[in-house]
Amino acid sequence: MTPQPLLQLQNIRKAFPGCLANDDIDLEVTPGEIHALLGENGAGKSTLVKIIYGALRPDQGQIRWRGDAVEIPNPAAARTLGIGMVFQHFSLFESMTTLENVALALPPQNLGELRVHLEQTARDYGLALQPDRHVYDLSMGERQRIEIVRCLLQNPSLLILDEPTSVLTPQETETLFATLGTLAREGRSILYISHKLEEVRMLCDRATILRGGRRVDDCIPAKETAHSLAEKMIGRRVESPPGHSASASSEIRLQVSDLSVQSDQPHGTDIAGVSFSVHAGEILGIAGIAGNGQIELMSALSGETGSPRAGSIQMLATEVSTLAPMARRRLGAVFVPEERIGQAAVSDLNLVQNSFLTSADRMGFVSHGLVDWAGVERYAGEILTRFDVKAAGTAALANSLSGGNLQKFIVGREILQQPQLLVVSQPTWGVDAGAAAAIHEQIQQLVSAGAGALVISQDLDEIFALCDRIAVISQGSLSPPRPTAKITTQEVGLLMGASREQPQEISHAGA
Amino acid sequence: MELLIASIMTMMTAATPLVFAATGELVSEKSGVLNLGVEGMMLIGAVFGFAAVTLTGTPLAGLLVGSLSGLLAALIFAVLTLTLLSNQVATGLALTIFGTGLSALVGLDYVGETIVQIRAVHLPVLSDLPIVGRLLFGHDPLVYLAIVILGLSGWFLKHTRWGMILRAVGDSDGSAHAIGYPVIAIRYAAVAFGGAMAGLGGAYLSLVYTPLWAENMTAGRGWIALALVVFASWRPSRVLLGAILFGGITILQLNAQAAGFGIPGAFMSMLPYIATIVVLVLISRDPIRIRLNAPACLGRPFRAER
Repeated sequence: MTPQPLLQLQNIRKAFPGCLANDDIDLEVTPGEIHALLGENGAGKSTLVKIIYGALRPDQGQIRWRGDAVEIPNPAAARTLGIGMVFQHFSLFESMTTLENVALALPPQNLGELRVHLEQTARDYGLALQPDRHVYDLSMGERQRIEIVRCLLQNPSLLILDEPTSVLTPQETETLFATLGTLAREGRSILYISHKLEEVRMLCDRATILRGGRRVDDCIPAKETAHSLAEKMIGRRVESPPGHSASASSEIRLQVSDLSVQSDQPHGTDIAGVSFSVHAGEILGIAGIAGNGQIELMSALSGETGSPRAGSIQMLATEVSTLAPMARRRLGAVFVPEERIGQAAVSDLNLVQNSFLTSADRMGFVSHGLVDWAGVERYAGEILTRFDVKAAGTAALANSLSGGNLQKFIVGREILQQPQLLVVSQPTWGVDAGAAAAIHEQIQQLVSAGAGALVISQDLDEIFALCDRIAVISQGSLSPPRPTAKITTQEVGLLMGASREQPQEISHAGA
Repeated sequence: MELLIASIMTMMTAATPLVFAATGELVSEKSGVLNLGVEGMMLIGAVFGFAAVTLTGTPLAGLLVGSLSGLLAALIFAVLTLTLLSNQVATGLALTIFGTGLSALVGLDYVGETIVQIRAVHLPVLSDLPIVGRLLFGHDPLVYLAIVILGLSGWFLKHTRWGMILRAVGDSDGSAHAIGYPVIAIRYAAVAFGGAMAGLGGAYLSLVYTPLWAENMTAGRGWIALALVVFASWRPSRVLLGAILFGGITILQLNAQAAGFGIPGAFMSMLPYIATIVVLVLISRDPIRIRLNAPACLGRPFRAER
């Protein structure tokens, strides 16, 4: 006899204006199981878990908890039932301390007692935390630990994790999996959302697959391959990208020498003495945990921040460290920053207008001060078809696109300009497997045609799949780039994590 | 010596309306709502407070009515911006214009009237101490009330659970909603408090500082209160410092005008405004601190997904 399910969803349906996010979805989670929820961007996973957590209300359908029909009108009700959630975009308050962040999610209690309780729980599950640090000061891994401990303090029976590993180093991921294993053995259930199919195969007992808002399949991930899981998600065969055919030429497209930049972010990381070069026909990858100087490096390269404190940046054989972003673009360099909305695209402008923003000069859309809107519209249309962007036409506002589709649009907008140098940060952050493969393929095609590319990413799978050489940024310093064939994931992981995380762990162990 | 003591005493009375109004705005902004209607709410508080004293003859009624009318004006703002999601900047400006007009209309009958004044409470022994007695214990009760409310607000924000929640709402409304806090209700409360304080500051002007009603008598103090909050980078101690600085220079330039240095009065009257802003900008110019103290959601409308 199968055990009584902890959570049962029956015929859940939720529509938003213009889109049916969940269409008659059934889901069952049994006690002590790690259950994966798989699907492409926009398949309805986030909507479904928000319904379970009470942040959204279903239009139709029933939720059963330990066999009884329940209403979950708000997150507080979900927490009372015993449902905890770790969000993909953390729901933390940056200007507040770890302790305050935890206190806010719990019923009122004495902060002194909570501190003891917090430290105890953190130790029990091997999650290092410092109660008095401000959140803005913490790495993504530390932020996630706050979210997890915050949930655990509520003693949940069901823990929902939305893409927990996308921001972690391999070592941090291992720690997380060990913690999740402990939790499952204690009889708690875990609902796990991830794009990383290998992880799902290793970790999860069962998987439910969503596509286009419907449940299309249930399976046991250990009996599948990553490839077959991907096909179930996408609904057709996927080809792995062939890799680019060019080999690095001697021509240097980007030469950074001894670059030092002072951060203008609160508790940002200054970068110091960074040197590397990108040749035509090669992709250089820069791996690293967020907050180790990637933002500073990216804005120094794109020209968003003023001249660097020291060092030089040469793009296409021109010294650019004092040039403005547009002047750098005119030379033939393009940039895809990390933030999609607000940095790469303007949320309230439509796709035509957003296309115009970076392509005006290179594509010659302005003559005598007048804009050739018909031309821009054709260009935007071409981006949508060539890069398979799902949008309600070129007149759609940027903020109406899902994250993955907007990313495809932004990368497409830059690549179609036929640049000689592409600098891209987190090209597939929060993008599903199919779209990520498409973006990778386009970058490789561009490089095959003779461009040079610099890819800054936290995703090691991506770095290894895409890049010819790999360097690691940690605390504002860059390791010497090494050919991908001559470095292992473990080595990169150690370089990523060594200087920042390790000393704290050691000091905790010693205490 | 006598002149110095008298100057310091008037300096505190000049600072007090700013302390009230800025405290209210600080709390409102910490919850993420930018209310540019402070000047309007002060004028409304000033005229209704004055009217209430004229009608009842009791100063306490004036203070209550003054802060209550400021609170009601703030609630109009709250309904428009929080429930109907109108733009906070434009609505705040409209509230100031509305307050200026309404107070001028209501105040027509009260121009030139005189009222019962609020006097300093005489404490036996303490108030009679030489110099210190008057400097520390010789003010009217509202001067102390203003400082106590500012201190309590700072303590509330920093050390109480609801203060923490209020800051959380201003730091990330989406996260606060996801955890399950009533973002809009909390902002209503913060805006209402801001209005009550602005009204009280206005009532202080017309009941104690001048004490009479004149059209547009706040003369930009609402704007200075707003500027104080921002340039003090949302820290209560600096708000107090800025307010006292403003009061001090106001009195200094009045004395200087009386002494007749040959500098045109219009220039002298500008001094407190300029000096306060310059000093606060200089001491708070660390951009990283400003970004950390600034409520990240300031001025952004919030609508819960359902």
